[in-house]
Parts: sequence; structure tokens; C-alpha cells
Amino acid sequence: MAAITDAAPVARTRRSPLRFLGSVSPAFWTLIILLVLWEIAVRITNVPVYILPSPSAIALEFVDYWPRLLINAGVTLSEVLIGFICAIFIGVPLAVLVTYSRAAERSVYPLIVASQTIPKVAIAPLLLAWFGYGLTPKIVIVVLLSFFPIVINTVVGLKSSSAEMLYLAQSMGAGGWQTFWKFRLPQALPYMFAGLKLATVLSVIGAVVAEFIGADKGLGYVIVVAGSSFDIARQFAAIIMISAIGMIFFAIIELIEKFVVPWKHAAVITSE
Amino acid sequence: MTDHAVKPHINISQVSKTFRGRQGEVQALREVDLQIQHGEFVSILGPSGCGKSTLLMLLSGLLPSSRGKIQVDDKIINGPNSDIGIVFQQDVLLEWRNALENILIQAEIRKSPMDAATARAKQLLKMVSLEDFEGSYPKELSGGMRQRVSICRALLHKPRLLLMDEPFGALDAMTRDQLQLDLLRLCSDDDMTVFFITHSIPEAVFLSDRVVVMSPRPGRIERIIDIDLPRPRRLAVREDPKFIKYTRELTEIFMGLGVFREEV
Repeated sequence: MAAITDAAPVARTRRSPLRFLGSVSPAFWTLIILLVLWEIAVRITNVPVYILPSPSAIALEFVDYWPRLLINAGVTLSEVLIGFICAIFIGVPLAVLVTYSRAAERSVYPLIVASQTIPKVAIAPLLLAWFGYGLTPKIVIVVLLSFFPIVINTVVGLKSSSAEMLYLAQSMGAGGWQTFWKFRLPQALPYMFAGLKLATVLSVIGAVVAEFIGADKGLGYVIVVAGSSFDIARQFAAIIMISAIGMIFFAIIELIEKFVVPWKHAAVITSE
Repeated sequence: MTDHAVKPHINISQVSKTFRGRQGEVQALREVDLQIQHGEFVSILGPSGCGKSTLLMLLSGLLPSSRGKIQVDDKIINGPNSDIGIVFQQDVLLEWRNALENILIQAEIRKSPMDAATARAKQLLKMVSLEDFEGSYPKELSGGMRQRVSICRALLHKPRLLLMDEPFGALDAMTRDQLQLDLLRLCSDDDMTVFFITHSIPEAVFLSDRVVVMSPRPGRIERIIDIDLPRPRRLAVREDPKFIKYTRELTEIFMGLGVFREEV
């Protein structure tokens, strides 16, 4: 009984509505306030719906158009995921090569860095000419955009092992393979996840941009078509969908990070 | 030094080391000769830049010497020597492993039986009063605790030779005292040779059987002093007149070398 009465106040405060309001991120409330202001402003000024629809109009459109939105989101999502995975499979081995081979570091790495000055949007039409209108050019653009942070962060991570750590490995008689798996790679993981998280955002941008240039499905395509008929609400609905994909994707990678890199989140104490 | 009947554990003869820097060649060590017996605790004492860390790197085989010969037992060192334990000033704990796993990496890399290694690791943790922290990640440990784990890691495989490069240099004075005591306790049961680098005169005297004084640029051995103080050593030994005599003697050597300058 004593234990129950002890625990009760904690449970009660946690369930009270006021406590709930406080526990939700302040950013959420800022967003709500901005949406309300937007709604009021549109209603007072009577802006035409083809210029700026109200949040409620957008919400209605979102619900109405939901089935088509979902199908197109699936198309965009598959481009994002395939491209992202390809970027990992290209980026990580490339980073290992650059880390271990001085020749690769001097011959390949500068080109990778320099390639980032090329605006991807500018070469999208070229990719269209080469790969047609299908899935391939979209995946290529997603890879081009997202593999860079993966490569850079993996290289930085693999090089972050201190000289002492490598000496230590040698003093235990560790070979190159053991040094890589037991020392260098785990040491690089937090850096790699930073790169992956950047890559999620970039891969979504890549897929949508690729769909702008030439596509007959996907959320980018929805935006282009809705734009040509001044259907601003539908454009907003697609934008919300794109943001949702980006946020969920980012959150999933962050969740995986918590499992793979748990030590990064360990509590810190400073004195004995 | 005097006991020529027993073959020394470590024989460093005429060892020099030159680094090629941007401003030409820099001689870090010049014609160093040193013999160390089994089970001896030898401190290398000297100011920054006297090449003491270089000497440790040569002894571990992690750096090649430019001239001379280093022999550990019957083995001439010409590549990484894995029959050693090594402790650096930085604890170099692996952030992704808890304290116990950090110690056990030694056994994993050496492919030793894990059951025995785990038992020994736990016993070592107990000896440095960290038995309640075996599941803690390095981030959750203080500097002194981390360095203790790093010492346990170096001792897991019962090395015949323990190399320590200013292991307590980054710790506060009180933690340092505690770790010196921990180290002496850990070293006492095994017939293990300790090669200990420091720039603290009291630390060298407190821990060692012999103190090797090095002078800077190029690093060479200036003097070797036998420390005749009883073991096991307690903190109170630092008030012993003999202890004070040794520290004064060492201070005077460094004053003679121009390492210390007193303005009156």
C-alpha cells in the first residue's frame, strides 16, 4: 500500500492536462499559433484562393486528395529509399578506400569534393537525356546529392582514431582487419550517422527536384501539375507530404542511431 | 646495474633516433644505453622534449630506431612488440564499450579464452575499486576512473613488461596520489617490469627502484639513481628524510642542466 501511495502523486501530475501541454515541444505551439494567424489573415483580407489558401482549405484538400497523394508519395519514397541505399553502398566503401589508400586520397577525394560545386539541378536534364523518364534518373540524382555527406563524414570518422588508439591496437597485435572492425569503424559510427542524417534531407530534395524536371508521377510531379492549374492548396498538400517523408525518414535514422551508437547518449559525469 | 650475473630483461644499447622535420633533421635520442632487470620499476625522468616518449615508442617497437639495438629477453625489437602492456597519458578508452569490455578487448584481439579473461578483468577492476562500474561507459567515468580502467586493460594478459607514458600527467594531484598507490598494488604480485615515463620528480622517486634522468636535445641519459626505500610504499614515505634527499638530489641535477632557473 505504501508503495502505491508513494507512486500516486507522480502518476497524477503526469496525467493532468496542464502537464501534457507543457510536455509538448514549444515549437509545436509556435506552429499552431502561426497557423491560426495565417487563417485569420486570409479570412480578413480575402486573398483569392489561387494566391494563398487558408490552412483549413489546405487541410480539406489534403483529405480530399489523400488517395492520390498517398500513391504519389509512395513513388517519391521509393526513389528516395533506393537512392539513399545506393548512396550508402557507394559512399562508405569509397570513404574506406580514401582513408586507407594515399593514392585514392590524392586522386579521387579532390574530385569528389570538387564535384559538389556542380549544381545538381543543372545536370538533371542531362540525366534525363541519358536515362529517360523512368526511375533511373531520379535515383541517380538522389545518389549524387546524398552520397557526398556520407563519404565526407565517413572519411572524417575513420580518420578520427587517435595515433594512441592505433598504437594500442598494434601493441595488442591487432592486424589491419581487427583494427578496422574493433577500433576504427566503431569510432567512425557517430560521424557516419551525422552524414546519414544530412543525406536523408538531401535525398528527399533530390527526388523532388528530379520529378520537377521530368516525371509522370511522384510528389514533385503533383506540384508541377497543380502549379500549372493554379491549384495552390494541392501544392501545399504535396509540400506537407514531402516534409512528412523527410521528417519521418530523419527520425527513423535517428532511432537506428540510438540503437547502433548507444554510447553517444550515455550520461556524462565530470567528477569522481 | 651492478648485477651482471643475471641477463637483463631489457637491453638498450647505443640507441639513437633522428626525426626528419621541416627544418632538417632533429636528433631526439643520442646513444642511449640502459639495462633493466626483471621485475624492476624504472622511471624515466626528464623535461618536455628530452625524448623520453620516443624511447618508450622504440621499446614498444612502434617506432624503429635510427641506430643501435634494443633487446627484450632474447628478442631483438624490430617491429611492434605485442608482449607488452601499454598506458598513455590519454586513457584511449573505446567510447562504445563499457569498462569491462574495454579491458576485455585485450583478450579479444589476442584471441585468449574469454572466461578466464573475464574473471581476471573483474579481479583487476576490484583491485582498483571499480567493481561497481564494470557496466559503465567511459563517458560516465571520471578521468581518474578512466585511467584506472586503461591500466587494467594493459595488465589483463599479464605482460612481462608494462610501458607507461606519463599516465598520470592529466590528473589532479589527489587522484594522482591514489592512482600511484593503485599502480604499486597492481604491480606488486607479478614479476613485471615497469618502464614509467614522467616529468614529476616526487612521482619518480615514490614509485621506482631506479630513476633514469634524461637531459634534453638531444635526449641522452644524464644519471641513474637507485632509490633505496622500503616496499610496500605508503604515502608517508614522502616525508622520509631519504625520500627528501632523493628529490633534492634530482632537483639539483636538473638545475645543473639548466632545466630550472632560480632568480634570487
